[in-house]
Amino acid sequence: MDDKVLLSVRNLQTHFELRRGVFGRAGVVRAVDGVSFDLRHGEAIAVVGESGCGKSTLARTILGLYRPTKGTVLFAGRPLDGDLRWYRAQIGYVQQDPYGALPPFMDVHRILTEPLVINNFKGDREQRIREVLEEVKLTPVEDFVHKFPHQLSGGQQQRLVIARAMILKPKFIVADEPVSMLDASVRVEILELLRGLQSSHNLSVIYITHDLSTVRYFTERIFVMYAGKIIEKAPVTELLKNPLHPYTQALLAAIPDPDPQNAVTMKKIPPGEPPSLVNPPSGCRFHPRCPAFIAGLCDQETPPEFEPSAGHCVECWLYR
Amino acid sequence: MTEKPVSQGQLIWRRFRRHKLGALGGMIIALLMLLTLFAHFIAPYDYATQRRRFAFAPPTKIHFFDKDGRLSWPFVYGLSRARDPRGVRWVYRENTDQVYPIKFFVKGDPYKLFWLIPTDIHLFGTGERDPNSPGQIFLFGTDDVGRDLFSRTLIGGWVSLSIGPLALAISLTLAIVFGGISGYFGGGWDNFIQRMIEVLNSFPGLPLLLALAAILPPGLPPAISFLLIIMILSILGWGGTARTLRGLFLVLREQEFALAAKAMGASNARIIFKHLLPNTLSYLIVSATLGIPGLILAEASLSFLGFGIRDPMTSWGQLLNQFTDSTITNLTYHPWLMIPGFFIIVAVLAFNFMGDALRDATDPFSVQGR
Repeated sequence: MDDKVLLSVRNLQTHFELRRGVFGRAGVVRAVDGVSFDLRHGEAIAVVGESGCGKSTLARTILGLYRPTKGTVLFAGRPLDGDLRWYRAQIGYVQQDPYGALPPFMDVHRILTEPLVINNFKGDREQRIREVLEEVKLTPVEDFVHKFPHQLSGGQQQRLVIARAMILKPKFIVADEPVSMLDASVRVEILELLRGLQSSHNLSVIYITHDLSTVRYFTERIFVMYAGKIIEKAPVTELLKNPLHPYTQALLAAIPDPDPQNAVTMKKIPPGEPPSLVNPPSGCRFHPRCPAFIAGLCDQETPPEFEPSAGHCVECWLYR
Repeated sequence: MTEKPVSQGQLIWRRFRRHKLGALGGMIIALLMLLTLFAHFIAPYDYATQRRRFAFAPPTKIHFFDKDGRLSWPFVYGLSRARDPRGVRWVYRENTDQVYPIKFFVKGDPYKLFWLIPTDIHLFGTGERDPNSPGQIFLFGTDDVGRDLFSRTLIGGWVSLSIGPLALAISLTLAIVFGGISGYFGGGWDNFIQRMIEVLNSFPGLPLLLALAAILPPGLPPAISFLLIIMILSILGWGGTARTLRGLFLVLREQEFALAAKAMGASNARIIFKHLLPNTLSYLIVSATLGIPGLILAEASLSFLGFGIRDPMTSWGQLLNQFTDSTITNLTYHPWLMIPGFFIIVAVLAFNFMGDALRDATDPFSVQGR
């Protein structure tokens, strides 16, 4: 196996059982359904996709919060199963809603002490708390250390969440839509902060977002997710310039741009809605909405991963 | 930003003091606790000593002016009793020829201070050791066998005030553990615990207590029956609180910060007790302060049923219950026997005011300056 690979995900599936009443089974939600990728040391990737496509479930499965139904996750060559305590200290989790992510009854100091206590941090705790607060620029530290979450602004709360994720010096951070709940003016600062931390600590990052315009900030590769599957993987510039999958093309076309012409013309967006994850369409999951759909193939067979150019993978029969 | 950081405890204390009624309630409770803690010392008599010559004596008047109207050291007149002209009861008169000045730190009935140090010094009294001496001081009057009601109220107050918090501590612990497990883990455990609570709640309370009273031997030492009351009250009382806590935990475990704690590797116990439980604090405080008065009253009804505090051991409820057999006569001729009831009302109100203030004070979302 490649030495530089930090996280290796193979055919990951996370399904949730739907219950009806006490005994009835109403079906299975295939939130993540066969995802494979490798994440290298110090690499930042973005996972994009619309709401309900399984992005957050993927993130939480990788974090070990949900048990995968099938498939494997290897972290530094070690599988995630059984007791995950060794793994917890190596990953950081940055959540979407910073206010909800912070326990309201703990002050900044307590919030940052918790991971140190839980993971049995050896060394000067006070020193580490000070360092990490300076790193996320909650300074002067004295002003913040005894504040409660509700006394902080949204941006400060998100800095605190990042500080908590960073305090154990993890190798790897999962950021689940870290800026979508913030004001536009604060977003850039938080993204800059994440990028700074990523490069100074050589962090691997999985950045989950539905907003393609923030992807360019610090990621190297983009994964496009649709209905529980990653349908296209490519380096950022390559994907933005030369999207292959019809869904990606539609997604890029939907990025708003400040062109006065937009007021008079409507953009072409794929018809229909994202498919149900309980009964996904047969074959390629995008085929009911796809403009380039090949009858007899796309609706019958699930496309495997093709690699039309080096480093650019796509699950679409058009590139067979 | 230049404001000096304060701890959460200081913040709560600051907000609590600002709540005037609550602070008053807190002070009253503290005062009552102090009074009952030093009850044996402050009380001029032992709670069980009978002075049958002085049965149903009204509250003794303390005089500051002597016969000639001159200011004098506080004193009481000697008490003499005579038959009522209609011959049904005793009436008491002050004999102005006998003057008993009130003395401080006098020797009286022996007792153990804090249940440990044997002594016979009382805060005040007339210093008369002879139970038949006319020089007696009964601040709240006496009962049917001539026991000093003031002494009994103070000493019984300890039982009343400690039963509430002790029973509550046990039942809250049970409620937190079972409600927490039920709400946090869900599934089979949840089902099992909820059904258990239902069974517990479907016990008919009063018949159960009566049955217990019948089973237990009548000669039980007071300490044992005191502990038994606490156990029974707490075991019967945790179900409702556990239910509500389960509901709160069901909501809390889905919160993002619970997930964050899980992601950083916190154990389930740590998540339940350190991350989720503090969020139920204001509910717990309200439930506790509303529970204490209820438990004080529950103790009174238990004592009334004969299971619980029994004569000569005493509590406020027991003091009230002893005049239930002849209510009308007592109300007409011995109204001072209701004084312990006044203590119950004051204590219950004080606990409620304090709970209200504490709930406001522990709310982290309240604005600091208000």
